[in-house]
Amino acid sequence: MIELLAKTPCDGLLPRTIGTVTLTEISFEAITSVAPLTGQEDAVSGTLKAQMGAAFPKPGRTTGKAHARAVWSGLGQALVLGPALQPIPGAAMTDQTDAWACVALEGDGARDVLARLTPLDLRPSVFRQGHAARTELAHMSAVLMRTGESRYGIMAFRSMAKTLVHDVTEAMTSVAARTRL
Amino acid sequence: MRIDCPLCGPRDRREFTYQGDALALDRPDPEAGFGVWNDYLHNRDNPAGPTRELWYHDSGCTAWLVVTRDTVTHEVHRVELARDVKEAGK
Ligand SMILES: [Zn+2]
Repeated sequence: MIELLAKTPCDGLLPRTIGTVTLTEISFEAITSVAPLTGQEDAVSGTLKAQMGAAFPKPGRTTGKAHARAVWSGLGQALVLGPALQPIPGAAMTDQTDAWACVALEGDGARDVLARLTPLDLRPSVFRQGHAARTELAHMSAVLMRTGESRYGIMAFRSMAKTLVHDVTEAMTSVAARTRL
Repeated sequence: MRIDCPLCGPRDRREFTYQGDALALDRPDPEAGFGVWNDYLHNRDNPAGPTRELWYHDSGCTAWLVVTRDTVTHEVHRVELARDVKEAGK
């Protein structure tokens, strides 16, 4: 039998630190989309909480903590980042573990970097810790979340991993150059 | 132009795709007859003023929205989930 090597989406590309900002890849044991069927929202949220400690998130929010997080990802859908889930009655679920490139952008100026890439209102009073958004990042479809004072989680489709790293590091370089002026 | 998505909040126009008149939510009965179907499929008003349209939040929550906006002032008066509009019409 052929021995295949598992590679992460950003293998060989990250981590990168430019100026005060660092871009790191994050790997999760599993990424599962959970979409409650009509009328099953509360029941699914309860089961999810029992399984991994986080309720189903409200629109634009995350629940849980690092490596056991549920992230709202669109109308009636959340992505669960962390433990693999058992089937949840009343929910449509798909395994998306290998479908996403997940990175963390952290450090002074992380917000300035993101502001060059997305039309989202990133002001700290608007996009707060625990908030999530489905939006555009450098014309890619992305999921953004604010997981700390100056820390953001970014998810893009795995097929776009190299583009993601390229665009974010370009913006990091620009912001660092500005800061030096 | 910004659209205040009921789920995502105010977002830039580039996140949305325009579909057409919100009339599409009122699909006639299959037996409604040629005249009604012809009207539904092909005939649209072109108002100077308030109009109701379907927009898709494709780079956001992926919800269909009913946007009421003024073609003269470009003002957006109202944004609703198409799902809610459809439910309310039942
Ligand atoms: Zn939306």
